[in-house]
Amino acid sequence: MPELTYREAVRDALARAMRQDDDVFIMGEDIAEMGGSMGVTAGMLDEFGPERVRNTPISEMALAGAAIGAAVQGMRPVAEIMYEDFLTLAAEQIVNQAAKHRYMSGGQVTVPVVFRTQGGAGWSPGAQHAQQLEAWFVHIPGLKVVFASTPEDVRGLLWSAIYDDNPVVFFEHRTLYPIKGDVPQEIEAIPIGKARVHREGEDVTVIATGRLVHESLQAAEEAERDGISVEVVDPRTLQPLDEETLVSSVKKTNRAVVAHEAVTRMGFGAEVASVLQYQAFDWLDAPIERVGAKFSPLPFAPVMEAFVVPHAEDVLAAVKRTVGKA
Amino acid sequence: MAKVEQRASLPKSDLHDVLREMLLIRRFEEKVEERFRAGELPGFLHVAIGQEACAVGVCRALEDGDVIASTHRAHGHTLAKGTHPNELMAELYGKQEGCSHGYGGSMHLYDVERGNLGANAVVGGGLPQITGAALAFKLRGEPRVALAFFGDGATNIGTFHEALNLAQLWRVPAVFVLEDNKWAESTPESQHSPIRDLSERAKAFGMKTLKADGQDVETVYKTARKALDQARRGDGPVFVHLETIRFTGHYIGDPQVYRDRDEVRKLRQERDPIELLRGKLEVSDEDYAALDAEVSEIVEASVEFAKAGTDPAPEDALKNIYA
Repeated sequence: MPELTYREAVRDALARAMRQDDDVFIMGEDIAEMGGSMGVTAGMLDEFGPERVRNTPISEMALAGAAIGAAVQGMRPVAEIMYEDFLTLAAEQIVNQAAKHRYMSGGQVTVPVVFRTQGGAGWSPGAQHAQQLEAWFVHIPGLKVVFASTPEDVRGLLWSAIYDDNPVVFFEHRTLYPIKGDVPQEIEAIPIGKARVHREGEDVTVIATGRLVHESLQAAEEAERDGISVEVVDPRTLQPLDEETLVSSVKKTNRAVVAHEAVTRMGFGAEVASVLQYQAFDWLDAPIERVGAKFSPLPFAPVMEAFVVPHAEDVLAAVKRTVGKA
Repeated sequence: MAKVEQRASLPKSDLHDVLREMLLIRRFEEKVEERFRAGELPGFLHVAIGQEACAVGVCRALEDGDVIASTHRAHGHTLAKGTHPNELMAELYGKQEGCSHGYGGSMHLYDVERGNLGANAVVGGGLPQITGAALAFKLRGEPRVALAFFGDGATNIGTFHEALNLAQLWRVPAVFVLEDNKWAESTPESQHSPIRDLSERAKAFGMKTLKADGQDVETVYKTARKALDQARRGDGPVFVHLETIRFTGHYIGDPQVYRDRDEVRKLRQERDPIELLRGKLEVSDEDYAALDAEVSEIVEASVEFAKAGTDPAPEDALKNIYA
């Protein structure tokens, strides 16, 4: 099995789709010569040329809308929104247009578009270049929302997103781009709507997304030294949500922690906690713990940033609270 | 090329057909007003009475395969693009037989088979997608054009500027049709734009602009034809500025406290696109009455069709969310 970085895995999915399918093309700010602000599309201009690797102006409404318009004509564009903070600029086209065309037309329109974006703290970008806004888009019927945390998952899920006939908002985490992982020789589509159990355990289930998957795996190892067996589950797709896998895990462990980098209040974890308490109420032995960022914009100074966003020790503390060892 | 030359202007027989279509749209929208006031139509509605020549002149100039995006004032565009009055009326009644199967309503009229990619209730919302549709045509080498309708109010919103900029930058086969009725809802142009000639905004992107009297359907047709030809040839997008008049309020029931009633009355008398064409064609009173009776019957039949239509089941609301 070849080893790819998360960054290379994204690029591999894009390039393979573009090689096999003329209808797939990519567009975004600085994605051509520069290879994207995160280097994800580096080298793709040379292989595919400027018609299919399209640099756009700094113009999120137009680039999102143009991708939607091309998708409605049957193409499969992948639009890169450089930072998820800039989804706010494209939100009208994504929320009012892409998500609703099929519905408002009574099923006549198909919108097979992907909006790739990235964010995440840990490098002091400040308050406008690292937010985690995935929960906003889960709230919109008509959109699918993916947040992959490993090279294998990001490649297989992006492949599925490109070939999905619905608009998909595809979140990547900035700090994960350099991580490495084995991927299958041939690309395998990972179904949208299927969670992944990263680590089996008996005492507590941690349901985590993005960077917090890795923080939670680290916390699980530390918990094990204290005799606590932790199961770590990554939903991978936030809409649709694989409720069955999450609920059955919690029915086994009887305790749950939800963990993400986004602000805890109204975060995706709130929805997961609600699903769990409703479907596994009689199995729960402790209140569901929530781990997320404090209710603050992201600060600049590294010590303040580290204080605001959650880390492995925050997950570990939550795990211990659920088993009464805090 | 022969076809283009031949179609650069409309022969007289076609103009009679154009008159019929404009009158049909007029009678349709008057009927919509009447039925709305009678409490039969849910939601709220915007009619384009006075602007019929824009819809008919432009849509006549389109080829099969061309696509449009419309606005909240969409009944005329929809009929002119070929949707049957029955299907449009059924949509306004919220019936399954409607052109959006009851999911859309007046502000979300779709007819994809006939190239209508949808009316849009967000001002300027459709413009970037027209740039994108045109990009798809360009990438695939298809001789098709994507065309957006919008009003003067939309020229202040970001999507307008971003969509025109991108369309011109990429020289995609798009046509942007400004229906300049001088009102953004209740706000006059003098209060919403610092410049008087809104085509200056398109010129700022280096876009070719054409201006025409939006009350003269023949001129509208010729202008749209010219714009579409340029876009189809691959010579880049074109901005078509049609000066037109909204005879009615922003929405049905709008008391129009902001508008001078005498002025509106005068405009109706002097600048009605249907009367202007009727005069030009010298249609006799007798022939006009016959034409009116014919289209009114079609409109009446559309109401009967719509009322006899099928209500969706409440739980149908959960269909068509995902493909």
